[in-house]
Amino acid sequence: MHLVSVAQAAEEEFQAPGPGDFEFPPLFGEGTFFTKPMLITVLGALAIAVLFYLASRRATLVPAKAQFAGESVYGFVRNSIVGDTIGRDGRKFVPYLTTLFCFIAVLNVAGILPILQLPATSKIGIPLVLALTSWAIFNYVGIRKHGFVGYFKAMMFPPGLPKPIYVLLAPLEFLSTVIIRPITLTLRLTLNMFAGHLVLLLTVLGGEYLLVEKGGGLAFLSVVPFFFSIVLTFFEAFVQVLQAYVFVLLSALYIAGALADEH
Amino acid sequence: MDGNLNMVGYGLAAIGPGVGIGLIFAAYINGVARQPEARGVLQGIAILGFALAEALAIIGIGLAFVL
Repeated sequence: MHLVSVAQAAEEEFQAPGPGDFEFPPLFGEGTFFTKPMLITVLGALAIAVLFYLASRRATLVPAKAQFAGESVYGFVRNSIVGDTIGRDGRKFVPYLTTLFCFIAVLNVAGILPILQLPATSKIGIPLVLALTSWAIFNYVGIRKHGFVGYFKAMMFPPGLPKPIYVLLAPLEFLSTVIIRPITLTLRLTLNMFAGHLVLLLTVLGGEYLLVEKGGGLAFLSVVPFFFSIVLTFFEAFVQVLQAYVFVLLSALYIAGALADEH
Repeated sequence: MDGNLNMVGYGLAAIGPGVGIGLIFAAYINGVARQPEARGVLQGIAILGFALAEALAIIGIGLAFVL
């Protein structure tokens, strides 16, 4: 729709970007599912698979460049995320958490890559499924360790509190752990990407509007929005990697909390 | 002046997380100032706290658009 207004080049009001900019038509004309976000998801998954395969073949003791990069990412998740939260028992969750981190980071960073330019995680479906997977994992692990009743008892009735408080605490704890956690995991990731992409769109479209459509004496002012679009691109890159890190860190913390023994 | 109440609501909702994130990073800076060796340990906790507080502001702006 913004391309249409460039072609017209008439005196039109500036049309601010909104949630409508996140709807994409199917790319190849057929049904309704192969859209741009799906293309980015598929490309991202392929890219991660290829990169990790290249990093792991012909592994030597003193690593070469690709192997070093792959090992750095894996080592980061294993030591600094899982090691500090779950500890040694967490080794079996490292593959899942590494995949989660790489997948979310790649899909987020697609928002600032030149041709793709959409953080696929801004569509709520992807973070929803990832958050539900993390939720299923931490609940399953907790139930398997403590037993069904024991898990909920440890969650809702932590020992050492005066009895009347449990009336208030137990439903709140249940709500917070079982209901709210996947919701906030999903919304935090989706809306960070949505808001970031929206702000980038605003600066770029605003600069383009000043330059092309308003034209005349105000065209030189378009430097300001374009400058901010560059600054915000760097800021977005930071936020994108940070949100991937936070998602994985919180997943690891929830798993650690489910596995924790009563003190 | 056009606009809608959603955006006013978002503006008000951003006060809390703004103060919260300021407090979190003030504590982080204080902690690192008193004991610079603790920087690595505190950094993880600061980032975690930042993400949790920021989540509310982000949910605010998201729902301001969607609802």
